[in-house]
Amino acid sequence: MSSKPKTLYDKVWEAHEVGRRSDGNSLLYIDLQLLHEVTSPQAFEGLQLAGRPLWRVDANLATPDHNVPTSVRALGFDGITDEVALEQVVTLDKNCKAFGVQQFEILDPRQGIVHVVGPEQGATMPGMTVVCGDSHTSTHGAFAALAQGIGTSEVEHVMATQCLVQNKAKNFAVNVTGALSEGVTAKDLVLAIIGRLGTAGATGHTIEYRGEAIRQLSMEGRMTLCNMSIEAGARAGLVAVDDTTINYIHGRPFAPKGELWNQAEDYWRTLVSDEGAVFDASITIDASTIAPQVSWGTSPEMVAGIDDVVPDPKDMNDGVQAESTELALTYMDLQPGQKITDIAVSRIFIGSCTNARIEDLRAAAAQIRGGKVAANVSEALVVPGSGLVKAQAEAEGLAQQFIDAGFQWRSAGCSMCLGMNPDQLGEGEHCASTSNRNFEGRQGYGGRTHLVSPAMAAAAAINGHFVDIRNAQHQQGGAG
Amino acid sequence: MDAFTTLDGLVAPLDRANVDTDQIIPKQYLKSIKRTGFGDYLFDAWRFLDQGTMGMTPNERQINREFSLNLPEYQGASILIARDNFGCGSSREHAVWALKEFGFRAVLAPSFADIFFGNCFKNGVLPITLPAEVIDDLFKRVATGLTLSIDLRAQTVTDGEHVHGFEIDPALKEKMLTGMDDIDLTLAEAELIRSFEAGHRQRQPWLFRD
Repeated sequence: MSSKPKTLYDKVWEAHEVGRRSDGNSLLYIDLQLLHEVTSPQAFEGLQLAGRPLWRVDANLATPDHNVPTSVRALGFDGITDEVALEQVVTLDKNCKAFGVQQFEILDPRQGIVHVVGPEQGATMPGMTVVCGDSHTSTHGAFAALAQGIGTSEVEHVMATQCLVQNKAKNFAVNVTGALSEGVTAKDLVLAIIGRLGTAGATGHTIEYRGEAIRQLSMEGRMTLCNMSIEAGARAGLVAVDDTTINYIHGRPFAPKGELWNQAEDYWRTLVSDEGAVFDASITIDASTIAPQVSWGTSPEMVAGIDDVVPDPKDMNDGVQAESTELALTYMDLQPGQKITDIAVSRIFIGSCTNARIEDLRAAAAQIRGGKVAANVSEALVVPGSGLVKAQAEAEGLAQQFIDAGFQWRSAGCSMCLGMNPDQLGEGEHCASTSNRNFEGRQGYGGRTHLVSPAMAAAAAINGHFVDIRNAQHQQGGAG
Repeated sequence: MDAFTTLDGLVAPLDRANVDTDQIIPKQYLKSIKRTGFGDYLFDAWRFLDQGTMGMTPNERQINREFSLNLPEYQGASILIARDNFGCGSSREHAVWALKEFGFRAVLAPSFADIFFGNCFKNGVLPITLPAEVIDDLFKRVATGLTLSIDLRAQTVTDGEHVHGFEIDPALKEKMLTGMDDIDLTLAEAELIRSFEAGHRQRQPWLFRD
């Protein structure tokens, strides 16, 4: 039998293909569904109305994250002053109890952003299929898991059948050669990739991030990278299994133990693309050429290096692109040719499923160096990705460093990434944000988001504007 | 789900690329636990000049008279024409619920984002991909009270004497034509799923916690 070389995506797909229908669609078996309060209530209601049970209770794991307040956690439900938000969080709790789904509820120390919690618990394992009613489910692809965001009707479909009906996507290789420079992180890398591919560049594809620079990334860096695959149009992004993957999972609560671990590890190590596997599309990026990135517009593809300037629509040949740029610059109140380092910020958000893990908080804290949040910054939030990240940061002394510098130290949740809870930008405010989307109004009505890495956000907090963290001199200026 | 066979309707334009689901339905409306009640908030930050909150009705809002969907000539439109990568961003199905409740049953664009595209088919809203030059031409003529006839079975969009064919996945087409329930359809294959699951459990026992 000839064995055609397969991509990692081909392998995970084939290991879950229940069957193929005559119309070409496949039934894809789902190993893990993560649930949160925003996109699950209508799905649970649908199940109840149809009198259908959950197909496999143990394949579901829930935690409230989008709506939870980050300032008054000890009060639990009573801390949610918005009645509509409260109803949603309470509904998740009721549904989990009614259907027997394991939930890390609002006061559980393991509560947090679903995409931080799953990996942290070892619930995300290599070779799995993972879904969640959230487009940043792509995060879990860091573990060579085929992880996709789905709509609420699909959430209900997976609840009822343990399957998705899907056409296989194409394979897209993003090869990253060389090494990232000092001060340049996975966040800068993924922003640069999106800048290059465009926000629809990988639509219809599953990305595999490959190459030397990817192998050098920690699991947390790989999660940041895969998290934003959707911002390049790809529903899923993957990184092959290596020692870094295996070492991360070992010993986590949901990870297999003993003989089962050995069996699992043997299988997981096969989760790499075969030599000679064919990709439908590919790009190659030299990591060493990437500067810390800052988004200047209202789409994640609108990014520039910290040493660059805001682009001029007049320089663009494509009419639609020039018009989009003009609209974006008007919304952002930026001028063509303006230096990125001249953009002042009045709000800081360090958090989200992209960048709220312990390494992110360490990198941010390292930029403080005894400084204080600049006078023109009215609020700088640090929102850990989970209760466990929060506890660890407190144990390491990071929390105190943030507090001493004038940052607010909060409890875990999605927070100002999308501002469903009270953490929101005011109209016209510029925010250095470690989140994933700079869409109009995303972080608050009329708010202006600049996507950056945690280190860049912290340095902006101290300086009151963006600075090139590769250049140590900026620290001497203090609040500029 | 509502079936979709044919649609004759007035066209309204939304002339922006990369319209994301945060624009289609902003986050403050996602707190609802229902599938309905989103139409009033479609494109909220563009349709209105004031900041909206859940529960407000359009007549207590400041209307943005310049926004295309508020112009008198587009009232009652059931077909939206849009630019590349419509529906990018978040997976919120609320975006499709809002479009449908507002009155749109079809969206025509040169390209769509994947998750939004799939969500449309769960709700009887037909996303049609047409070449950029065809969409461009529709944008040029839309202000004259353009109406189109869509025939899903024939896979055509008819614009006066012009007939544009479009491609569609046969499975999605069938589902739209019949309005079949996806879950019923899959549960008809329950035995196949169970047998796969038994093998899967043997091959990767660590994936099963019960």
